[in-house]
Amino acid sequence: MLSDKDRIFTNVYGLQPASLQAAQRRGAWDGTKFLLEMGRDWIIDEMKKSNLRGRGGAGFPTGLKWSFMPKQTGDRPHYLVINGDESEPGTCKDREILRHDPHLLIEGAMIASFAMGAHAAYIYIRGEFIAEREALQRAVDEAYAARLIGQDNIHGYPFDLYVHHGAGAYICGEETALLESLEGKKGMPRLKPPFPANMGLYGCPTTVNNVESIAVAGTILRRGADWFNGIGRPNNVGTKLFGISGHVGTPCVVEESMGIPFRELIERHGGGVRGGWDNLLGIIPGGASCPIIPAHLCDDLIMDFDGCRAATSSFGTAGVLVMDKSTDVIRAIARLSYFFKHESCGQCTPCREGTGWMWRVISRMAEGRAQKREIDMLLDVTKQIEGHTICALGDAAAWPIQGLIRHFRPEIEKRIDQYAANPHIDPVPVAAE
Amino acid sequence: MPKLIVDGKEIEVPPEYTILQACEAAGAEIPRFCYHERLSIAGNCRMCLVEVQGGPPKPVASCAMGVRDLRPGPNGEPPVVFTKSPMVKKAREGVMEFLLVNHPLDCPICDQGGECDLQDQAMAYGVDSSRFHENKRAVEDKYIGPLVRTSMNRCIHCTRCVRFTNEVAGVGDLGAIGRGEDMEITTYLEHAMGSELQGNVIDLCPVGALTSKPYAFKARPWELIKTESVDVMDAVGSAIRIDTRGREVMRILPVVNEDVNEEWISDKTRFIWDGLKTQRLDRPYIRENGRLRAASWSEAFALIAAKVKATEPSRIGAIAGDLNAVEEIFALRQLMQALGSPNLDCRQDGAQLNPAFGRGSYLFNATIAGIEDADAVLLIGSNPRREAPVLNARIRKRWLAGNLPVAYVGEAMDLTYRAEQLGAGAQTLVDLANGAHGFVEVLRQAQRPLIIIGQGALARADGAAVLAAATRLAVDVGAVGDDWNGLSVLHTAAARVGALDVGFVPGEGGLSAQQMAAAGALDVVYLLGADEISIAPGAFVIYQGSHGDNGAHRADVILPGAAYPEKSGIYLNTEGRVQVADRASFPPGDAREDWAIIRALSDVLGHRLGYDNLGALREALVAEVPHMADRNQIAAGALELPAIAAAIAQMEPAPFASPVVDFYLTNPIARASAVMAECSALARGAVAQAAE
Repeated sequence: MLSDKDRIFTNVYGLQPASLQAAQRRGAWDGTKFLLEMGRDWIIDEMKKSNLRGRGGAGFPTGLKWSFMPKQTGDRPHYLVINGDESEPGTCKDREILRHDPHLLIEGAMIASFAMGAHAAYIYIRGEFIAEREALQRAVDEAYAARLIGQDNIHGYPFDLYVHHGAGAYICGEETALLESLEGKKGMPRLKPPFPANMGLYGCPTTVNNVESIAVAGTILRRGADWFNGIGRPNNVGTKLFGISGHVGTPCVVEESMGIPFRELIERHGGGVRGGWDNLLGIIPGGASCPIIPAHLCDDLIMDFDGCRAATSSFGTAGVLVMDKSTDVIRAIARLSYFFKHESCGQCTPCREGTGWMWRVISRMAEGRAQKREIDMLLDVTKQIEGHTICALGDAAAWPIQGLIRHFRPEIEKRIDQYAANPHIDPVPVAAE
Repeated sequence: MPKLIVDGKEIEVPPEYTILQACEAAGAEIPRFCYHERLSIAGNCRMCLVEVQGGPPKPVASCAMGVRDLRPGPNGEPPVVFTKSPMVKKAREGVMEFLLVNHPLDCPICDQGGECDLQDQAMAYGVDSSRFHENKRAVEDKYIGPLVRTSMNRCIHCTRCVRFTNEVAGVGDLGAIGRGEDMEITTYLEHAMGSELQGNVIDLCPVGALTSKPYAFKARPWELIKTESVDVMDAVGSAIRIDTRGREVMRILPVVNEDVNEEWISDKTRFIWDGLKTQRLDRPYIRENGRLRAASWSEAFALIAAKVKATEPSRIGAIAGDLNAVEEIFALRQLMQALGSPNLDCRQDGAQLNPAFGRGSYLFNATIAGIEDADAVLLIGSNPRREAPVLNARIRKRWLAGNLPVAYVGEAMDLTYRAEQLGAGAQTLVDLANGAHGFVEVLRQAQRPLIIIGQGALARADGAAVLAAATRLAVDVGAVGDDWNGLSVLHTAAARVGALDVGFVPGEGGLSAQQMAAAGALDVVYLLGADEISIAPGAFVIYQGSHGDNGAHRADVILPGAAYPEKSGIYLNTEGRVQVADRASFPPGDAREDWAIIRALSDVLGHRLGYDNLGALREALVAEVPHMADRNQIAAGALELPAIAAAIAQMEPAPFASPVVDFYLTNPIARASAVMAECSALARGAVAQAAE
């Protein structure tokens, strides 16, 4: 368990004001000028040494990402873009930072921009986050007023920060779609290569980072890479905001060390599974796109990137969805499938056509109105989508269904059998369409 | 140059190649829908997936990945690409299945059937059965104009049409609304597209979602005879393919000609064919008591012979029109010379183009392909968007490539790219020629400045002075040199350059077209397809042409000729490029090929021309104008600078106005076309709306 002295987000519950004054009392903006004076290379080295992995879901090492930016600023300016388009069902960690600890983010944006030679940073906030945007904008205004950022600031590094409001599309959380949206175009992912570090916002070198990855940067540099690196297990270090939702006693967002056992996380912070540990059906560990992990694998589940991978799932953003045995797991996954079908941008073929197909089949399966051979067909369709698309939304749509079939195939077959035995136990349902 | 191994075959390709291009260079066939050489890369159809060794364990879109981005093997071996591996086969089958799940399998009633990329590739790369048992998506058809028919159920969202309208046509008319499987291609609120090149989206559409509206349900591709020909709707000379069934022209499609039209044609070129079937002159007519009556060829010829023999040669004149092939113009010139008349003119619009200034004074010397080398453009009295949309697209292509200042002297206009209006008329040109205008410096800085002179500036009384001023400017800024000649005349008439080349201009003491048309100037006027000029009452008018248009209304004798698909002929485009059109169809009724009519008439008039077939005529033509033999070549034209300079004179202050007021109605065939009439009405409506 993480001790209080090791917490980065000390105001995650908003018990104290989010204002600049309060944030400075909590340690934000402390010695930022000194950190900047250590130089770009030192900052990037320190971030690399800290082994911080990106908090947006893919877990790419943040320091390494920063080092991809060109060392010299050529005729094209550099940009930092911060991805606050937190739209994944089950994930709600960034909003706590945005509304309660925004100064950590602003300070991190300043440091990160300095490290990659960017004089402007954009924070792209999810369309539905109204209060969060207002809170962040307030904080940005405070920082400008205190000359912490801006063209002529006390740190001697001209830096502008812009808060941009999205329009509520999930796909705009994909980094290149986010850049398109930021440029005022339709939020459709770009082809890679070229990668944003080479051709990003307005064709200029750009780094896109998650809110949490940026917000922890200041504290890591202040307390040293070794401190951060000492928390958790190798390759999965540091602290992390976990979101716990679903069938638990006290759903919450909590900062914990990486590598905490799942059971400890739930029982210490989440108030335990509803109806006791034995009532657990399964969990989705890191937001809707991660495959489901059934209860029997949850006993020894370690909550970090490698731990979840070992359970054939993925750590994602650590937004844990807990489902107890009252859950109709097929319907639950069908609902997620609808979400991805609804949020597909429609650009490339497999995702555009495949998400709708999967949703229709899985919806029938949730009723039992399907053939058993269609289970294999559905699995094959998910494989035809996975890895064939421009961005990862195709993968994200395929994985929940793959997880369901992998672990709950007997459940689907049972449903089909029940329906086949007595299809009209209830009045015939009217088609939802 | 990077090396790579495609299907076991090592190949070296230029570094800017994509994997798809490299695979093609290695002889591997890559299926694709969204990729098109002349459009930007979308990478969204996912049909061109290939396997790359050493990369992530998933296929990559070969159209979007450059060979530069491939990583070599651990010991520096060339990257390895597979196009036939099981992974690729599975990926293609998967994508094809997805494309077909929401595609209505209505091939039997689809106009694209037989020439459909989806059909072909489903046969080649798909599987034979469907696993999709849900309801298919239904999409409402959209109205996007009178030319393009939509059947949006069939759309596979490749976005070729969207990219074409945005990039090549330069109008942002088409776009996609909605997302995911609800994404639909449409124009804003179903307005008609506003481009002169919109018909090209029909060719680009790989499925039957966008098809030709006038051609809808008319024919199947496999029952059509395809004849390659040359377009005469403007002076660009686009390469076209005329598809006929029996003797009926069913449709017109573009043919790739990199030097001229790449693979685009204008809407007038593409949809003119219904005009070939209406208002046709299918038998000779004679005017009696003010009314035209049908007559036989011998009656018509006898009447003409009587009139001509009773008239002084100097009171006889001939005017050649805009759609004629070189052969008939040449034959008519020989006939008029034999009659002893100096009154010849091919410039019915009064353009002050003169072979005496040298052939270079009336050619598009920079060549159309050369536009892409230009680094500054000045348009004088020309609106290329209306006069030559395909050429305008070439300028836009160059403009999109960057660093191309474009300016124009003339009325304000929208060219689909940014162009600065320097002034409206002659005064600005004088300033430019005197070096007193800021843009002259831009032209001087340019390595290859392009100065395009349009008929709007030349078809005026002071046209020669305009040409002289423009030439002075061109010489002054270094546009006229040995390796680059940027002084370019943009014609609007397909027949003009050829007619000037064969010398169809007034001889010693001869009258110009405008003088011939004046009252009392002549007693007999021979109009060879000349419909854009009105002859004052009094003269006896012989009209030879294909359509009952202005010329036929004025005529006293009508000789029915052939329209351009119905004869083989030589056409010279605005560059002076010699192109030969093949015959695709036959003239209707008693109508005959034009050169044959003139040859027959010459016999009746007692001045038999010395050729009995087209081959002999062409031999005579080549003997006199040798460059007519060089197909698809441009004979360099000289520029008689002293003669041009002598024409410098005071110019009128009136602004330069493009002669093409209505793009859709510029010639007799277009005016006979219902489709063109609808487009014209729509365009005029749009103008009125914009003015509100």
